[in-house]
Amino acid sequence: MRQAFLAIVLHDLALAWRRRGSVAASLLFFVIACSLFPLAVGPEPQQLRALAPGILWVAALLASMLSLSRLFVQEHADGSLEQLLLSPHPLALIALAKTCAHWLTSGLPLLLLTPLLAQQYSLPAAPALLLSLSLLIGTPVLSLIGAVGAALTLGVRGGAVLLCILVLPLCTPVLIFGAGAGAAADAGLSVVPQLSLLGACLALALFLCPLATAASLRISLE
Amino acid sequence: MHRPHPGPAVDSAAATLSARGLAFSRGGRPVFEGIDFELWPGQMLQLLGANGSGKTTLLRVLGGLLPPDEGELCWFDEPLRPADPDFLQSVAYVGHANGIDADLTGAENLRFAARMGGVDGSPERIGAALRSVRLDPSSTTPVRALSQGQRRRVALARLALLQRSLWLLDEPLSSLDADAGDLFLAQLSTHLHSGGMAVVATHEPLAGAAQTLRLQG
Repeated sequence: MRQAFLAIVLHDLALAWRRRGSVAASLLFFVIACSLFPLAVGPEPQQLRALAPGILWVAALLASMLSLSRLFVQEHADGSLEQLLLSPHPLALIALAKTCAHWLTSGLPLLLLTPLLAQQYSLPAAPALLLSLSLLIGTPVLSLIGAVGAALTLGVRGGAVLLCILVLPLCTPVLIFGAGAGAAADAGLSVVPQLSLLGACLALALFLCPLATAASLRISLE
Repeated sequence: MHRPHPGPAVDSAAATLSARGLAFSRGGRPVFEGIDFELWPGQMLQLLGANGSGKTTLLRVLGGLLPPDEGELCWFDEPLRPADPDFLQSVAYVGHANGIDADLTGAENLRFAARMGGVDGSPERIGAALRSVRLDPSSTTPVRALSQGQRRRVALARLALLQRSLWLLDEPLSSLDADAGDLFLAQLSTHLHSGGMAVVATHEPLAGAAQTLRLQG
């Protein structure tokens, strides 16, 4: 079972490498979206610094939405999803593996870029790293919740927009705690409460979302 | 807790796959109803019918991708549970879509299939499976650049690799040329002779089918 999990993760990473253009596109979107705000809001350092955690988190959320729409689409079109459903492994495990690979190719690069992008907002190094830490705990939740939406909207016309409408409201707690952690870090307060809440979200999502994704995939393929 | 897999040369007193009164409807309109059959080791059941007569839907019900509305499907005389791992360990399905990733090479696709199916995916076995459908195992061309017929061959090579006892095939001959078609028919007959089973949806009758179900749309 662990072998199947690993096989899917490695397979999806290999596929992401072959399709690296689309991975790069959502990263580029994140970089551009984050860079637009300092240009639009003005060069006032205090103001930018106060806005930084919120903007970086919203941009990360939107960038992960962009990549979510391609999570199962290709597999659905070429029939490999049927083959996965017919493999003797639990579908929830397969869904978790695919979500994991999705996070490695979409969430992880975002949080590595964040300290760099925080420089545009004159955010000092320590709060910027704590902001990355909040993304480290928070972005897997976005991938997990997003996978449920991606599975539900498979084969639906206009699925990408529907996906955003479905998933974005569910992601608001993560956004609030994540941006809250960034703001608290910048104010020199303890970030433990926000990070604990994010951790609780992650634990809940890790348990529930693969099951919901599996059920949604079965419905979508009927 | 594992029921025996009907591998080659396994005799079994019970019909391996049987259906009683299977019915499925979509949007209130019956796609098929009253499907009864018993499939024994070494037998092939062919599903004949015009386009839209429900052949693909029946195959998907047999593979457990769709739950039947009525009736019962049994595997070794036991009612089939949804996503029964013992059953799935014995089934290989080739549908309309080939189920291969267009961005990977044929060999990479087979290696993944072997790992997911829990069978030996050594380069020798993958090479043998690809050579059996006359494809070059050392090719670095992604499936995307192959022709429809060659993609179909990769999907059929998966059958040779996985060595499952029950094959569910949806128009396996589509987009194959005459040579590849003959090659596949030989592969199918070897499978049946070694005690395997097959349910094949096709629009033209195949030689060697023990049973035939005609579906009316």
